[in-house]
Amino acid sequence: MVKKSLYDRLGGEAAVDAAVDIFYRKVLADDTISRFFDSVDMDGQRAKQKAFLTMAFGGPNAYTGKDLRNAHARLVSQGLGDEHFDAVAKHLEATLKQLKVAPALIKEVMTIAGSTRKDVLGR
Amino acid sequence: MPLLELDGARYPADASETVLDALLRHAVPVPYSCRKGVCQACLLKSEGSAPPAQAQRGLRAGLRERGFFLACQWVPRGDLRLARADNAQFLGNAMVVGKELLAANVCRLTLQPSRPFDYRAGQFVNLRRADGTVRSYSLASVPALERRLEVHVKRYAGGAMSGWIFDSLECGGEVELLGPLGDCVYRAGRPDQSILMIGTGTGLAPLIGIARDALDSGHRGEIHLYHGDAELQGLYARSQLQALAAEHRNFHFHGCVSGDGPLGGCLRGRASDIAFAEHPDLTDWRVFLCGSPSMVHEAKKACYLFGAALADIHADPFELKDLRHAPAHGATEARTDRRD
Ligand SMILES: Cc1cc2nc3c(=O)[nH]c(=O)nc-3n(C[C@H](O)[C@H](O)[C@H](O)COP(=O)(O)OP(=O)(O)OC[C@H]3O[C@@H](n4cnc5c(N)ncnc54)[C@H](O)[C@@H]3O)c2cc1C
Ligand code: HEM
Repeated sequence: MVKKSLYDRLGGEAAVDAAVDIFYRKVLADDTISRFFDSVDMDGQRAKQKAFLTMAFGGPNAYTGKDLRNAHARLVSQGLGDEHFDAVAKHLEATLKQLKVAPALIKEVMTIAGSTRKDVLGR
Repeated sequence: MPLLELDGARYPADASETVLDALLRHAVPVPYSCRKGVCQACLLKSEGSAPPAQAQRGLRAGLRERGFFLACQWVPRGDLRLARADNAQFLGNAMVVGKELLAANVCRLTLQPSRPFDYRAGQFVNLRRADGTVRSYSLASVPALERRLEVHVKRYAGGAMSGWIFDSLECGGEVELLGPLGDCVYRAGRPDQSILMIGTGTGLAPLIGIARDALDSGHRGEIHLYHGDAELQGLYARSQLQALAAEHRNFHFHGCVSGDGPLGGCLRGRASDIAFAEHPDLTDWRVFLCGSPSMVHEAKKACYLFGAALADIHADPFELKDLRHAPAHGATEARTDRRD
């Protein structure tokens, strides 16, 4: 039998939907990074957080490393650095714990997220 | 450099310029008001190139499909062929049948439309004057309860439209109506949901409509309306709202005075601060926020952080024309083509 993908083992789109509000609220309430997300267009921002989670969950997405560079280039010019990346990773992990995701799956998600660091920070 | 073609002439646009800014820079008379993609006064039509989603937000499907877009929201990458759309949303004329002062700088206009049209309480209309100036005003009336339209107009110092409404528009006078626009409305369903409403200044107008619409539709959940202004006299509909609260046990009115003046039994502080102190958990609540853009945007974020779902937060920021970016030359707001 083919092993189910990480995304499916996490619960697919329903799992992303369950996570996105918890995650976006944590990020907005964190004064060290909220300025990056604090847009008048909150619905648009929430949609992008959903894209982020889908990717971190190993789900279907069309983003390449180059896309991630482009999406965050403006933020890098505004000072986006390792401390912000670590804060986002911390909120991602806390979100998954709150949803009672199994530790082994959390580890897989964090590995995917961590692998994007160079592209997100434009190095 | 993209070329914009309109009325048989061509105008070059800069790389980062919106269609509206480019046309205004070339002194082409096109209507506009808020420049934030809210009021829809700057509607134009693209012949050929499909507008981006951003420039069609809030437009009816019928208009989107035919290439209509908001000129203040499109930074074109290539050449565009444009057509005017000043009357795509034209509803007819409306006659002023009532005009009263509700506070020193707020007046109520009662309008009789020349022909009836469908709208939802909480939507807004664009009022257009003979010279083409267009501004948005929210409806305080409820179609199921009254045939006439009611709007509350605040006077702004130096304001073109509000000054004219206060000083020159009399009973018997006419304005053109465009719309109805906006999506800050009560939807039936979930009649036991709690509802929080926060309005500043004339942001109360749509809330009065939405609250009465909800009650008339049989909403059973608690409805808390917080109206804020710097001064007590700015809480201009106190007696109407107190009467509504006496009539409906689930409707609660809270007047909030943010300045130092007399309280007259109202609360001291900003309406949003007081509302959030009294309702710190908004999980499963429905929220309506109307009036000052800074209040609306801050409160939207706060409501979300306090647990409300984004889909349950309805916001109506009264975006004013941004004068800092207004072109130096006047006369850009008049429109050239009149309806035949
Ligand atoms: C969706 C929506 C709904 C709205 N609903 C309502 C409503 O229900 N009731 C309501 O009252 N308003 C409402 N508004 C705001 C309304 O549309 C107008 O923006 C408002 O009436 C001001 O228009 P005006 O022509 O009087 O002012 P404008 O001439 O457009 O001036 C805008 C601002 O610039 C200032 N200003 C103008 N000229 C000068 C000058 N020479 N020097 C310094 N400052 C100057 C004015 O004081 C004002 O603050 C709404 C707006 C939107 C977008
Ligand atoms: C952990 C690794 C990260 C991944 C995999 C990731 C992924 C993504 C993706 C897929 C998008 C959507 C792009 C689009 O469709 O336009 C996005 C947008 C965004 N990301 Fe990230 N991101 C990461 C880290 C961060 C960090 C650390 C921050 C800031 C603290 C951040 C802030 C944003 C913002 C503000 C946007 C929206 C940009 C815009 O408005 O255009 N991201 N991210």
